[in-house]
Amino acid sequence: MDLVIPKIDVVSLGPELILSIAAIFVLLVSVFLPKGRKDPAAYLSLLGIFFAFVSSIFLWGNPRYSFNNMILVDNFALFFNSIFLIAAGLSILMSVNYLEEQEMSHGEFYALILFATVGMMFMAAGSNLITIFLGLETMSISIYVLAGFFRRSNKSNESALKYLLLGAFSSAFLLYGIAMMYGATGTTDLKGISEYLSKAAYLKDPMLLAGMGLLLVGFGFKIASVPFHMWTPDVYEGAPTSITAFMSVGVKAAAFAAFVRVFLYSLWNLQPDWNHVLWILAVLTMTLGNVVAISQNNIKRMLAYSSIAHAGYIMIGMVASSELGTSGILFYMLAYAFMNLGAFGVIILYGRKGEENLDINDYSGMGFKYPGLALLMTVFMFSLAGIPPTAGFVGKFYIFSAAIKSGYIWLAIIGVMNSLVSVYYYLRITVMMYMKEPVKEFAGLKWSPSMAIALIIAVIGTLLIGIFPSPYLDLARQSVQLFM
Amino acid sequence: MPIDYLPIFAFLVIAILFAVVTIALSSIIGTKKPIPQKMMPYECGVDPIGSARRRFSVKFYIIAMLFIIFDIEAVFLYPWAVIFKDMGTFGFIEMGVFIVILFVGLIYAWKKGALEWE
Repeated sequence: MDLVIPKIDVVSLGPELILSIAAIFVLLVSVFLPKGRKDPAAYLSLLGIFFAFVSSIFLWGNPRYSFNNMILVDNFALFFNSIFLIAAGLSILMSVNYLEEQEMSHGEFYALILFATVGMMFMAAGSNLITIFLGLETMSISIYVLAGFFRRSNKSNESALKYLLLGAFSSAFLLYGIAMMYGATGTTDLKGISEYLSKAAYLKDPMLLAGMGLLLVGFGFKIASVPFHMWTPDVYEGAPTSITAFMSVGVKAAAFAAFVRVFLYSLWNLQPDWNHVLWILAVLTMTLGNVVAISQNNIKRMLAYSSIAHAGYIMIGMVASSELGTSGILFYMLAYAFMNLGAFGVIILYGRKGEENLDINDYSGMGFKYPGLALLMTVFMFSLAGIPPTAGFVGKFYIFSAAIKSGYIWLAIIGVMNSLVSVYYYLRITVMMYMKEPVKEFAGLKWSPSMAIALIIAVIGTLLIGIFPSPYLDLARQSVQLFM
Repeated sequence: MPIDYLPIFAFLVIAILFAVVTIALSSIIGTKKPIPQKMMPYECGVDPIGSARRRFSVKFYIIAMLFIIFDIEAVFLYPWAVIFKDMGTFGFIEMGVFIVILFVGLIYAWKKGALEWE
């Protein structure tokens, strides 16, 4: 038997390896630590994330295939790596005090976040449908556990169970799609599929189109696009708030990374087919997300619907199918990471065990009692609504202008109308904070250094990207250059 | 080509037919003389003890999960052992990494008390 051992390029997997080792280390340290000692898990995880970030920077600008073309470490993957690492890092910083307050401070929490991040990185770097699927499962299984991490809370259990059942279902769709793709093209390699499709005479092959549809369902579930969004509000509401933040940014970014790579690169020759579908899905996703968010009174549910709406905006960038649109997606994801994590950070800080303050009415009068926190929340809400000079505005601007340049005027108009609708429910919180009298007593905020650092990073990110967008847009553009 | 799948289709049809036909035949032409001993649930030939709908300890699930992990490890070890010589040092190191990761899992489970029955 002839056995060919593939070329193993360990360096190209640097970030993933560092994070995996950090996660295993965190797991062991938290078990072997003597009772009563303070658990250093969070800080060890942050150290791992820092080194993974550094190694991502070193890999920048030198795209390479490795592991028998299973992995493609290009700028696109590395740009998404940095988004995942920012999301994981900020979520960990926000979790330290939150977990202690909920009496749920366990090292496993941080190890699972790291494992989920590794999965996300494999999704972004996967150049084979199998790698993407493996990454998706690594990420999802960790997130299922994290969603149910508050095991004594019914809501958290409900959230984990719903996410597990529906997530398993969507994984099956994705896997069936991969099988169909393999049946139609004879390969699961993204490059191979794209080469097959560029030569194929049978682009209307029903198996190919069915496979594409199933892939669309699988990715659509993870990015929470309508009509695969049903799980989002319940899961986001019940999961620990810092995990909701991590999910809404990290999972969405990872799913978009794989979605964009498969559809805009591999299935590029089928673009006329999927474009109409995505057009309709984008409009539905935006509209449903925004309209339903208006009537939500729980702030986590409201942000869940808002995250559905944001998935819709990002899908506009895919419909545009241009370099500008794709770099717009990357830029938007980066902006969304800062502003959404920031908003969830404020929610965590404004809650207390047994007194979560999740109702929107609880925010009335916050501007007088805690002006600093209210100011931060206002910045994040302005950014989510897309009001200058924040990151959200620039992100929306690039996505909509990409749509117009590609000739999708109506899509851009619907997008702008939708962001007008969204202004209502984002500013409703600002109005509550500054123009209403406080309705309840709240026993003071518990600022912790880690939370302060997280919120400062988030607000600086939101404003910096909003005021000086060009360096980040350049990075996003470099990330998609070799791609199309 | 779809025609290549014809044997698989034939196999599928025969498999379904076989199952349906054997069950149908035995229920049609078999003799039916139920006696209490025959109607008892089968528990390895011993008289059944208690109800079959007993609740059993959640610890079994942990044991089952651990079993699956190390079962899979064994499944991977067999093909590895077969081509061990062809793979050389590379295969040795790769498998070492795999086993070390599983070993960390075992240590974790052990320290967490998953192996204690009390």
